[in-house]
Amino acid sequence: MLFIATGAAGAVGVGSVAWPFIHQMNPDASTIAAGAPIDVDLSAIAEGAIVTVKWRGKPIFVRHRTPTEIKDAADVPLAQLPDPQADAQRVKKPEWLVVIGVCTHLGCIPLGHQGEYEGWFCPCHGSVYDTSGRIRKGPAPKNLEVPNYVFASDTKLTIG
Amino acid sequence: MSGPSTYVPKSAIGRWFESRLPIMGLIHSSFVVYPTPRNLNYWWTFGGILSVMLVVQILTGIVLVMHYTPHVDYAFSSVELIMRDVNWGWMLRYTHANGASMFFVAVYIHMLRGLYYGSYKAPREVLWILGVIIYLLMMATGFMGYVLPWGQMSFWGATVITNLFSAIPLVGEAITTWLWGGYSVDNPTLNRFFSLHYLLPFMIAGVVVLHVWALHVVGQNNPDGVEVKNVARDTLPFTPYATIKDGFAMICFMLFFAWWIFYVPNYLGHADNYIEANPLATPAHIVPEWYYLPFYAILRAVPSKLGGVVAMFSAILVLCFLPWLDTSRVRSAKYRPVYKVFFWLFVASAIGLGYLGAMPAEGGYVLASRLLAVYYFAFFLIVMPLLGLFETPHAVPASIADSVLKNAHSAKA
Repeated sequence: MLFIATGAAGAVGVGSVAWPFIHQMNPDASTIAAGAPIDVDLSAIAEGAIVTVKWRGKPIFVRHRTPTEIKDAADVPLAQLPDPQADAQRVKKPEWLVVIGVCTHLGCIPLGHQGEYEGWFCPCHGSVYDTSGRIRKGPAPKNLEVPNYVFASDTKLTIG
Repeated sequence: MSGPSTYVPKSAIGRWFESRLPIMGLIHSSFVVYPTPRNLNYWWTFGGILSVMLVVQILTGIVLVMHYTPHVDYAFSSVELIMRDVNWGWMLRYTHANGASMFFVAVYIHMLRGLYYGSYKAPREVLWILGVIIYLLMMATGFMGYVLPWGQMSFWGATVITNLFSAIPLVGEAITTWLWGGYSVDNPTLNRFFSLHYLLPFMIAGVVVLHVWALHVVGQNNPDGVEVKNVARDTLPFTPYATIKDGFAMICFMLFFAWWIFYVPNYLGHADNYIEANPLATPAHIVPEWYYLPFYAILRAVPSKLGGVVAMFSAILVLCFLPWLDTSRVRSAKYRPVYKVFFWLFVASAIGLGYLGAMPAEGGYVLASRLLAVYYFAFFLIVMPLLGLFETPHAVPASIADSVLKNAHSAKA
């Protein structure tokens, strides 16, 4: 009984000493603060344009979609998609597409307004994304990730 | 004590591994069955405490380096980042800074134990000298570590100490420039101190291995200064007796350590080090950390620049010669009534020199420093050689067992 009690006390002791050493490698307060949500001014983005902003070290594509681009994205049958997802599920307002600009294959930044579907094309290994940021051809397994965002107003987007 | 181990592994895997790398046997013979004199007191626990402190400093140091930037423009603010933003950063930094002080508290007690009980005498001369080498490495490590936060004391302490080398005739200036990597203490100096501060603790660890090896070959000294004559009667196995005693002492020391970290974490430091280094403004009083103060007092006691440097380094190097300076046939101060008095006077003079090292070098402080510095050297160079010839020691017990049993007898009577 004494051994069990001692062992338990020892385990608590070891844990309480080890935890600060482990936890200090987690993001510190200044890193967390630098990763706070950012605002994007939408009035500056023309229709058809894609603007890239940096948040938490990664590029975020903010695309002001044209009616054609919206229709092309919405009309695609889900069965044709390697990672099936309806366009309506990926946007809050159809004219604004917000996606993380990191190819889901191995992490390169895809090039906008390129590729067969006029979405994005990743030059590293040839992945092709459509105007909803969904993977259509190539080795990438998943659609471009949609980050958390809200429309603070009609002209202001808060990402994060 | 040296010889092949008596360890026999109990499992097949144990036997397979042991025949390829006999590390279990080494641990067994060094720390389990190792014959330990049965009369050791708590002053003997500080070796274990020092080993733990070295591990603590290395672990906290490594995680601090994950957040520190060794560049003059960023070093100070990176330490503030550690204190304010890094998870548990304040605790890791205070542990490392106060850990250095605790390391020196333990090493001074450990060394004074050696001086009192004659642990430096034959056949432990090499053990003692290895200890002096460890002490020198510790001083270098502590000095460079204090420079890294790049506060006012960091910068000016570095300037004062590196300037000492310019006292060396002919090559002094060249050596100082070489140390600086420039024309004054600046970024190159900080970067190389960072590199060396990371390196030296691992060299300390290596010399500690030699130190423990040298110890295990000749066996421990003991409070009576009488060598082990009969292993069965005079000694006990290291585990569980010394293991538990060392463990208890470590825990008590950790409590003492924790008090500094959590209640008075900046007391042993200098407030000026919370001001970012300014090469164009010297602080009113440049003081090193407390563990260098006695040597700082000796440095300033001598009126000549080169003389002061020589005196300061000699104050440490004289320790290497102790085994040959002390002529007494009796090891332990327990049986040397006259030496005991001089020993405690030495302790008082070291503390006095420490106090004077923190005072400005003016007026009565200068005379006092000179008197105490003279006593410091006289203790080693005059008292120790002469006492062995003229002192009448008490009768030394015939063996450790006799001394222990005699105490038990008088306790019963």
